[in-house]
Amino acid sequence: MRTYILRRLAALVPVLFLVSVVTFSVNLLLPGDPALAYIGEANIGDKVMYEAVRQELGLDQPIPVQYVKWLGRAVRGDFGRSIRTREPALEGLLARLPITLQLSAMAMVISLVIAIPIGIISAVRPNSKLDTAGTVLAMTGVAVPDFWLAILLIYLFAVWLPWLPSSGFVPLAQGLWPNLQSMILPAVALGMVLSAVVMRQLRASLLEVLRQEYVVVARAKGLRERHVIGRHALKNALIPMVTVLGLQTGRLFGGAVLIETIFSLPGLGRLATDSILFRDYPMLLGTVLILATSVMLASLVTDVLYAVLDPRIRYT
Amino acid sequence: MAITAGTEPTHSQGATPRGRWSGTLLAGALQTRGAIFGLAVIAVVLVLAVGADLIAPYGPTRIQAAGVLAPPSLSYLLGTDQIGRDVSSRIIYGASVSIQAGVVSVGLALVLGVLVGLLAGYYGGWVDELLMRVVDALYAFPALLLALAVTAILGPGLTSVMLAIGVVFAPAFARLVRGQTLSIRERDFITAAHVVGVEPWRVMLVHIWPNVTAPIIVQASLLVGSAIVIEAGLSFLGLGVMPPTPSWGSMLKEGYQYMEQAPWLAFAPGAAIFLTVLAFNLVGDALQRALDPRLRRTVGA
Repeated sequence: MRTYILRRLAALVPVLFLVSVVTFSVNLLLPGDPALAYIGEANIGDKVMYEAVRQELGLDQPIPVQYVKWLGRAVRGDFGRSIRTREPALEGLLARLPITLQLSAMAMVISLVIAIPIGIISAVRPNSKLDTAGTVLAMTGVAVPDFWLAILLIYLFAVWLPWLPSSGFVPLAQGLWPNLQSMILPAVALGMVLSAVVMRQLRASLLEVLRQEYVVVARAKGLRERHVIGRHALKNALIPMVTVLGLQTGRLFGGAVLIETIFSLPGLGRLATDSILFRDYPMLLGTVLILATSVMLASLVTDVLYAVLDPRIRYT
Repeated sequence: MAITAGTEPTHSQGATPRGRWSGTLLAGALQTRGAIFGLAVIAVVLVLAVGADLIAPYGPTRIQAAGVLAPPSLSYLLGTDQIGRDVSSRIIYGASVSIQAGVVSVGLALVLGVLVGLLAGYYGGWVDELLMRVVDALYAFPALLLALAVTAILGPGLTSVMLAIGVVFAPAFARLVRGQTLSIRERDFITAAHVVGVEPWRVMLVHIWPNVTAPIIVQASLLVGSAIVIEAGLSFLGLGVMPPTPSWGSMLKEGYQYMEQAPWLAFAPGAAIFLTVLAFNLVGDALQRALDPRLRRTVGA
């Protein structure tokens, strides 16, 4: 097991390297001149200042040198300074990361709360009316664009029934309830697609498990159906769900880009769009690198968890 | 890869002789009400996209006499927008943007991905390592974020969006084709082709490719929906199709700003995206079920 984890971590290195190359290339290819953006509109004609800024940002050096220097600083957590806010990029990133993590975590919890009961009912009573309703719900959930759902939720719960704020973020420091109030609609909008995916996965795997012989034995022993499902079948049926959740992390982060923009949440997704629009490249590179690394780590954790949960899987 | 395999529905049922699957696949897919509904919706959207000039009651940019933000009425079925244009006409014209974004970008991803997957699976060794690590790296980026970055590089517009989505979705095809190619490569008819001296590119395109087409078609039909959503998302952020060209995503963005005065502005384009995506998903699911007998048994509802 330990060798497996170490090997997976080692395999991350070349991929991370390529991720950094892709990210850096994006930076190079983006239109506009970061030095010009840095000195601002007022000093646009100032040649001396322009050259000084180019030197300060290292833009006068060959591209491979720029890359190596950037990477060297990035692995030490130094992503440079934000062009827009002038704050150190890492500080900005770390300030926004918890918001995106909270949003994703809440979205995940909401999706499980919706998906697990419906998935179980669908599998236990396949082809019943409830199952059909579940299938329709799942198909709807997968197809509904999360940003449209977000707009519908705002209309319903902030405009029509003024129960929740339509946008804006309240930090946890100002109280748990106000914080949750500001996050609940975004989390529901983000979690809906995930719940549909989990629902379908759970239904399929539970149906598969319920056909296994050990379930037949459990029933033949005279165990109550609640026991058969809850203690025996569900345990195995839930394992593939871990994989689904892990694989959906990227989708959650991608969805966060739009959801955070709509709800004015100052998270990483919002930061990514703002950085692109304002050509704030140090910030953009940091955001993209952090999000991509998180997705890869999530997939590693998923695989390891999968091995821990399913003793039949042995990694060497 | 090896770990997640088996938890997801497997597409591969081994190679089937060329030409046999297509008819059965379609017939099998059309057996559910969902698939028929999906095909019908796709047909309607296609007709709207192609015949917008004939079908739409007004031009997409013409300012109407009803004034701005007029509620839905008999002459303006979905009302008018913030500068007085007919929303229903703009939805009809917007169909062509969504269909193009969905179909062209997935087509591009398919060509790129299949090429990479065939090369990696056929040659193996360092070619495989290198290509697949690049694919892994691209896979690590959240799709929308990568598309956002590519669009930012290429500048806004439908072409950029299609290229961006093509790049973002290519890894999905590359992985699928690589896996299939790996197993087919070992089969006797490929060895036979090698023995008689068939060139590698011919083996790949003539002997391997036809045997991996079925799962690719399924994957493609499932990705068209996602591509349409990403295009709409990019347009929503202002990086996609530029005004005044009507696109469902940019209409949604404009409508969202007038939600309190005129909620229909945001409902109509969102519903159009939803229905179109639902249709492609239904057809994709049906194809997948028709292709995979195991899935047909377990999920067939």
